[in-house]
Amino acid sequence: MAEINLVEAVNLALAHELARDEAVVLLGEDIGANGGVFRATAGLQQRFGAGRVVDTPLAETAIVGTAIGMAAMGLRPVAEIQFSGFLYPAIDHLVNHAARLRNRTRGRLACPLVVRTPCGGGIHAPEHHSESPEAMLAHTPGLRVVMPSSPARAYGLLLAAIRDPDPVMFLEPTRMYRLFRQEVADDGEALPLDVCFTLRGGTDLTLVSWGAMLHETQAAADALAAEGISAEVIDVATLKPLDLPTILESVARTGRCVIVHEAARTAGLGAEIAASLAEEGLYSLLAPVQRVTGYDTVMPLSRLEYQYLPSVERIVAAARKTLEAS
Amino acid sequence: MSTVARFHIDHTRFLDPQGEPLGPLPDFACDPARLVPMYRAMYLTRSFDAKAIALQRTGKLGTFASALGQEAIGVGVASAMRPEDALFPSYREHAAQLVRGVRIEESLRYWGGDERGSDFAEARHDFPNCVPIGTQVCHAAGAAYAFRLRGEARAAVCFLGDGGSSKGDFYEGLNFAAVWKAPLLVVLSNNQWAISVPRSAQSATATLAQKAIAAGVEGVQVDGNDLVAVHHVAREALAKARAGGGPTLIEAVTYRLGDHTTADDASRYRDPAVVQEQWSFEPLTRLRNHLVKLGAWGPEKEEALARECAETVNAAVEAYLSTPPPTTAAMFDHLFATLPAALAAQRDEALRFAPRTAGRQPGGDHG
Repeated sequence: MAEINLVEAVNLALAHELARDEAVVLLGEDIGANGGVFRATAGLQQRFGAGRVVDTPLAETAIVGTAIGMAAMGLRPVAEIQFSGFLYPAIDHLVNHAARLRNRTRGRLACPLVVRTPCGGGIHAPEHHSESPEAMLAHTPGLRVVMPSSPARAYGLLLAAIRDPDPVMFLEPTRMYRLFRQEVADDGEALPLDVCFTLRGGTDLTLVSWGAMLHETQAAADALAAEGISAEVIDVATLKPLDLPTILESVARTGRCVIVHEAARTAGLGAEIAASLAEEGLYSLLAPVQRVTGYDTVMPLSRLEYQYLPSVERIVAAARKTLEAS
Repeated sequence: MSTVARFHIDHTRFLDPQGEPLGPLPDFACDPARLVPMYRAMYLTRSFDAKAIALQRTGKLGTFASALGQEAIGVGVASAMRPEDALFPSYREHAAQLVRGVRIEESLRYWGGDERGSDFAEARHDFPNCVPIGTQVCHAAGAAYAFRLRGEARAAVCFLGDGGSSKGDFYEGLNFAAVWKAPLLVVLSNNQWAISVPRSAQSATATLAQKAIAAGVEGVQVDGNDLVAVHHVAREALAKARAGGGPTLIEAVTYRLGDHTTADDASRYRDPAVVQEQWSFEPLTRLRNHLVKLGAWGPEKEEALARECAETVNAAVEAYLSTPPPTTAAMFDHLFATLPAALAAQRDEALRFAPRTAGRQPGGDHG
């Protein structure tokens, strides 16, 4: 079994599904001969042909719009938006069409579409290349929103997304693409959507995060462990629909919760999780829920991006605050 | 300096506004067995249209978009389609939808506020009405790509209006389909008005058909009130699409004789005298005159058709008004193939608080 990084795991999952199901087609900008700007689709056009791995003209609206037509007519399109900062022209099609075609036709037509897009900051990219749009997508009824945080989960969740009969937004944290390698078996085993993964058990508090921020969150858990504090770490993974029971069960044991995300704070998914904890888990809480998030500022260019991204220190400080509360 | 490319736009018209042939006609245009069903479909569309407006005015239907004056376009194009093709309509193409097998009661359910109206019993592959302007061009291009990839002899047919031609989706969809040589027909029903904005304020181009040229797509203009011309160019475009010749844009020039929708009052922004003038170009009279000259039509047949259409429409209205109410759970049950666990509690809440009035009949809540 080979050790691979997250972007190679994406490639492996795409190749697996292209080979398994001839209805699967990939489309996007520069995904063919170039293999994608991050090489997520490297070698796939050569292997599966230009009819199934399609280099499209440069128009995000039509990439998603045409993929909706393909999906409704029996294909399983996996569209790539080169960076999530370029997803916005396609929001009309995601919100008004992909997310509601099944409902609008009472199940007559469906939209088994995956939109893959790199997201997040921390790779010193140019302007508009470091967005975290998960909350606005999660706010849309009818969309699933998934963000992997390891090669194995990228492989398993992408298989599940492609096989899912409904539209799935698959957000790939660019900072995780080549951050570490792990063994991933190309066994075609999908991971479940709609569930959180508990990455490490703990008893003193619960750290909830997703995507690239799990790197800092795990590091914070290590730092806390060095002080004798036992932090449970949950990877939300599927951001919509949210697996609240897993989070509630953890917080019922620990009594304390810190939610960490890279996206801006206001109306972010941290607010949704905190509100749900207030509704369903208030009496388990020993301290107010804390959020460690990106600021409500424009994502800065690369010189300041690490001052925007939640740091290990900020997460540890928030954890201490919950521990000191009672 | 040298000319590197040169373009032109053809305009097709076979019958003048009085129904007189302007030259040799295509074969089908001399065959009553082909023409009469299309005349019937146009007549039925107009009967349905008038009834839908009456239902709205009496509080029995929601907002409705009339196709008055544009019947030849939908009927002429849809009659050139095959059942296995797929239609991507705007919200003003019930003429095409009726030909495709969409039932009047289904259309009424849709305009009456019931999603089941888009669960067509026939035309299972056709898209529902598209309200976000022009977006359907992209969907149709993607569908056409799917047909081509699988080697199927099917075509995607998309309708939009003159306002829609200002949207990026229109150009992007055409551009993708052209690069893909996808079997796509885009029909632009240029009815001169996008709600209150006239054609002259919509685009500075001499024609809307020429917008296809920028995408490398053949663009043609047709008299949209001449059923013979519309059907002829649609047949040619679909034959080309099936033969691998790629997409076509047809600009069908017509006139919106009614308001934008029942929620609009066009007298606020256009001269009723101009609208009155446009009635002399409307498509039903033109085709009827032609049928009379062919010896295939007369007052008795016209009266019989009027009766038949009235009966069909009345039966559909009855079916619409007696439709059982939608269930509260339906909001949730078609959102995903399988309801996610996270939504189960919301579904339960909706059911628990569902008002008893959820059982009211269609048409009972459009004040």
